[in-house]
Amino acid sequence: MTQFAIQARDIVRTFRDGGVKALDGVSLNVPTGEVFGLLGPNGSGKTTMVRILSTILAPDSGSATVDGKDVVTQADAVRRSIGLAGQYATVDENLTGFENLRMVGRLNHLTKPVASERAHELLAQFGLSDAGARPAKTYSGGMRRRLDLAAALVAKPPVLFLDEPTTGLDPQSRQDLWVIIEDLVSTGVTVLLTTQYLEEADRLAKQLVVLDQGRIIAEGTPASLKAQLGTTVVAVTFTSSAEANQHVGLIRDLTTNEPNIDGSIVELTVNSGPAVAAEVIRRLDTAGVTVAGLALREPSLDDVFLNLTGHKAEVAAEPVADAPAKRKGRS
Amino acid sequence: MSTTTLSPISRLRWAFSDVMTVAQRNLLAVFRVPSALVFVIIQPVMFVLLFRYVFGGAIKAPGSSYVNFLIPGILVQTTVFGAVGTAIGLAEDLQRGLIERFRALPMARMAVLAGRTISDLARNVLILVVITLVGFGVGFRPGGGVVAYVQASILMLLFSFCLSWGFAFIGLAAPNSETAQAMTFPLIFPITFASSIFVPVATMPGWLQVFARNQPVSQAAEAVRGLMLGTPHGNSSWITLGWALLAIATLGPLATRRYRRAA
Repeated sequence: MTQFAIQARDIVRTFRDGGVKALDGVSLNVPTGEVFGLLGPNGSGKTTMVRILSTILAPDSGSATVDGKDVVTQADAVRRSIGLAGQYATVDENLTGFENLRMVGRLNHLTKPVASERAHELLAQFGLSDAGARPAKTYSGGMRRRLDLAAALVAKPPVLFLDEPTTGLDPQSRQDLWVIIEDLVSTGVTVLLTTQYLEEADRLAKQLVVLDQGRIIAEGTPASLKAQLGTTVVAVTFTSSAEANQHVGLIRDLTTNEPNIDGSIVELTVNSGPAVAAEVIRRLDTAGVTVAGLALREPSLDDVFLNLTGHKAEVAAEPVADAPAKRKGRS
Repeated sequence: MSTTTLSPISRLRWAFSDVMTVAQRNLLAVFRVPSALVFVIIQPVMFVLLFRYVFGGAIKAPGSSYVNFLIPGILVQTTVFGAVGTAIGLAEDLQRGLIERFRALPMARMAVLAGRTISDLARNVLILVVITLVGFGVGFRPGGGVVAYVQASILMLLFSFCLSWGFAFIGLAAPNSETAQAMTFPLIFPITFASSIFVPVATMPGWLQVFARNQPVSQAAEAVRGLMLGTPHGNSSWITLGWALLAIATLGPLATRRYRRAA
């Protein structure tokens, strides 16, 4: 149908307590049938954006459509087009896996037999058939997330909101969930994914925006963002921070960005890691400077943030008004 | 204003279905969680035994035996205590983010609150049956006849249903379930104990009698007792009905408004 499954224009949302602007003019165009990533640290406004788009919260100003329907004036129609799953895995602990899915089916207005059938189908699809008769409180973290995701899919919605679906999961469960999400997208579902992990956005999202303190600070494909940043971080450890500051000039021109000095460590984000590393050693050796350590690593979300905002992700991590399950910052 | 293809009739039908789905889910929790079941069944039975055999001998009931005085009172007391469960249940749902999930579903808006109060009503029916049976076991012999017993039961259930809406408001206003519990106890202790539930009001000091005689829980206890035993109970049935309707007319909208703003 429409080219964009989700469109948002200048969404602003302020929370009453303290007047914190959780979202400050955010606009999005999410193409139909793709995974769109919303990247940012805690408190950047990701969850608030998802809550607005899923009709849980109304924006103060701005407008948005999901599956062509307005989230404020056609909220009920939007609710029939979406599924919502997230890090809080809001399954009912006292109900079994089957009962949870059947309940959501009934509340999505499926008839009793259809809701039961769909519940069994989803349990099988998510490898939960054996656990289907057990109360959800006996489930592991990974099983809980899968059940939560299954619940979001009961009504076969064309648009799916996944709010930090893998936060707090072990690497294997995370991998499993990624595969499930990829399978879903191959069936034509549009996914808005929020995450704190660059790796996750990189693996799943075709396009992404980076949010910081309620504003979009970067957008593009994961590749373009990383290219902008450099693909590798070369971390040089000097014997002291004085040494680092004294000798950084020797290697400054090896990166197009400004080197980041953190105590005795100097970090350069570059495109050709090994070549730069070799050059760093050659130059410092020639100058007779002792190097305590040298490492190459993939850029992290921290690096993206540092590069884009000049501050580390954790510094921005104010858990204000962005916690849905907790009662803080509600309105 | 929302563009929906549903006719008003099928909207109503689905709203009813939503309420029942939520109510069913709440009731399942009562039977799954042992502590909830203790609260619902064991505690009222303990109260019956405690007052029948421990305190009862020291209490002089007017007219008939103390056990006949006691059981209708316990019924009312239990449903008032039960309303605390309404508050705790809603506070928990809110805290766990379940209400948030419900909000993103195309279900009727009022189903969460209505489902909760309906499941509490069903729980109260269960309590009514259990206490009646236990009551008969310990010597309860109401003389009002079956029809009056049913009338009394309906009045009691209606009263507790209306009370649930008030406690729903508390549950939604509390920041968590522990606070919800702490907020309700200072409220339910005076209205259940400074009442005609366990002892005749006439034995209380004069200043307390004014409150104890006229507060709604006492009126409900008087009405239920009078109907069940077939003894005169003045206008208490009508007064109870009045309190119930007043409660639902004021607390119902208050709770609904709070629900819209919560989460």
